[in-house]
Amino acid sequence: MSNREIHDRLARRYEHGFETAIETDIVPPGLDESVIRLISEKKEEPEWLTEWRLKAYRHWLSMEEPRWAKLRIEPIDYQAISYYAAPQQKKRPRSLEEVDPKLLQTFERLGVPLHERARLAGVAVDAVFDSVSVATTFKEELAAAGVIFCSFSEAVREHPELVRKYLGTVVPYTDNFFAALNSAVFSDGSFVYVPKGVRCPLELSTYFRINARDTGQFERTLIICEEGAYVSYLEGCTAPMRDENQLHAAVVELIALDEAEIKYSTVQNWYPGDEEGRGGIYNFVTKRGDCRGRRSRISWTQVETGSAITWKYPSCILRGEESSGEFHSVALTHHRQQADTGTKMIHIGKRTRSKIVSKGISAGHGQNTYRGLVRVLPTAEGARNHTQCDSLLIGSHCGAHTFPYIEVRNPTAIVEHEATTSRISEEQLFYCRSRGIDEENAVALIVDGFCRQVFKELPMEFAIEAKKLLELSLEGAVG
Amino acid sequence: MLEIVDLHVSVGGTPILKGLDLRVPRGEVHAIMGPNGAGKSTLAYVLAGKEGYERTRGDIRWDGKDLLSLAPEQRAIAGIFLAFQYPVEIPGVNNAYFLRTAVNLKRKARGEPELDAVEFLRAARERLRLIGSDDGLLQRGLNEGFSGGEKKRNEILQMLMLEPELAILDETDSGLDIDALRLVASGVNALRSPERAFLVITHYQRLLEHIVPDRVHVLAEGRIVASGGPDLAQRLEREGYGWLAERRRASEALG
Repeated sequence: MSNREIHDRLARRYEHGFETAIETDIVPPGLDESVIRLISEKKEEPEWLTEWRLKAYRHWLSMEEPRWAKLRIEPIDYQAISYYAAPQQKKRPRSLEEVDPKLLQTFERLGVPLHERARLAGVAVDAVFDSVSVATTFKEELAAAGVIFCSFSEAVREHPELVRKYLGTVVPYTDNFFAALNSAVFSDGSFVYVPKGVRCPLELSTYFRINARDTGQFERTLIICEEGAYVSYLEGCTAPMRDENQLHAAVVELIALDEAEIKYSTVQNWYPGDEEGRGGIYNFVTKRGDCRGRRSRISWTQVETGSAITWKYPSCILRGEESSGEFHSVALTHHRQQADTGTKMIHIGKRTRSKIVSKGISAGHGQNTYRGLVRVLPTAEGARNHTQCDSLLIGSHCGAHTFPYIEVRNPTAIVEHEATTSRISEEQLFYCRSRGIDEENAVALIVDGFCRQVFKELPMEFAIEAKKLLELSLEGAVG
Repeated sequence: MLEIVDLHVSVGGTPILKGLDLRVPRGEVHAIMGPNGAGKSTLAYVLAGKEGYERTRGDIRWDGKDLLSLAPEQRAIAGIFLAFQYPVEIPGVNNAYFLRTAVNLKRKARGEPELDAVEFLRAARERLRLIGSDDGLLQRGLNEGFSGGEKKRNEILQMLMLEPELAILDETDSGLDIDALRLVASGVNALRSPERAFLVITHYQRLLEHIVPDRVHVLAEGRIVASGGPDLAQRLEREGYGWLAERRRASEALG
């Protein structure tokens, strides 16, 4: 390909970059206690939650932004951000018929139809637009199985005892700077509760959409699986194309009791910014699962193709005996994107197991860092971990970095770490081309092969979507 | 018909091929033999279109068309196939999926219906039997962890599936034991037809016992220095390449 062609291809389209024109109830930029009270009031929250937010806020004031990640970040002015934006609606919609058609159209355009006729088969969706949840599908079907799947706000209203019991027990507000900020100002998100012995009959999914300008999105997700329960949960996210950076700081807490299993998958496609690195989402996310019960299992699968900056370490606390944690990740950085992502596996219980498969792909001027901690505490007799960490480089201006931290305090533990770094070689491309496959498709094929181990963890439709997304994100990456 | 006229090729500024002439009509099998470093693999790569191989003079025509103006993938679609000496590994890319993709690209270009997974598997199994392999090979990553012999068989499998019009085999015999060699040869022989041309590059005569060529050419110092029938290969096996160099020196001294 000529340089011209490469350049043209690099100027790829971000398919979800449109903006919805809708009246928005937006709180003026800035953060202080009155803003937090206002958010809490708008959401009609009980006193204990308002207090919890305020404690988090006061703690946040004493904290500093983490600086240890291998990321170059323009300073963030936390007083320039609006902390609450909601599409204006007369009253809280009781059913889909009452939801503003513009919102339904927005999600339809994003490939997430909410009305009954076009719903995704077998997948219940909670659609979050800026700071609020717009609609949740299949609620009755889920309720019949005893599963609660609703927006976080609704959970606070309808199931306050469950929220109060579990909120902040996996990620306390003192955990880190962004978790503290989220705890103070979180707006909405999803809540899932699967009672004892229930296998959730549908895939659950949340679709996050940032729309309003100069706002942050701070969602909070809480998933609880009681003894022997199972749930598979997916999240997807997009945002309009803008020249300014926008902040996204989410917290996700998972709790698995005895023999429960939670599979959590993410296909992250926030706006990544343009080729020069203008705009894009700053994605600072704290995700953690607590394997509280014996033989409980939590697995994280993520495909990260978007965001200007990704700072994210979905982790597992392996407390229950014989519990297991998995992390499967594909992170792609192209143009000026930066990602510092990985996981933490904390082995506390006996014979706990963890598995880490990380695939980093760097193209253009992208910088991709894997940062992972495997910690085996003295109590974790017979713990096992296997980590595989592969990096693929495309072109000569990108970077891949690996920072494994391994702390083992029990001599019976077995911890393995494998790492590779490779480049898509001229030989591989020529081989494909000599069989009639052009360069663009050859790259897609090679990258798909590189990611296969992770894609196979995703439910089928999402694996296909992830594959397509990666192809689109890599258009013109090779010259 | 493949026609190579006065071909000069440099790699990284170093001339490798220095005035190579060769004609391979359809329906014939031509063998290229020659000492190490003579430019045999360079010839194979130039025909397939590898980057970094710069033609400084001369032409290559396939059925009268200028081959060098085509991208490698266009050459493949036009019916050129190179069985690599060292096929590269592409981890995680399913071998069957890769081959089906290649086969269907070619079928599409010819206006033929694409093969679905079942049809493909049936066709692939038939050919695998021919070269003494089972379909275990198909379900693995492309050349991933393949032994030397498996890689060569996989190349032959690809050739049998893609049914090229000009097949170039670059030292396909190297690293094969005698049984594997026989099977590979039977694969090639199965494909021989009046429509197809073969260029078989090899060091040793033993492959040519199983794939009997119509013509044998000796490539030395970037040129074809001798051509003949199958008996030329036998003489080379007995006497080596030394006598050719001597003959050349003598003719140069006279000239």
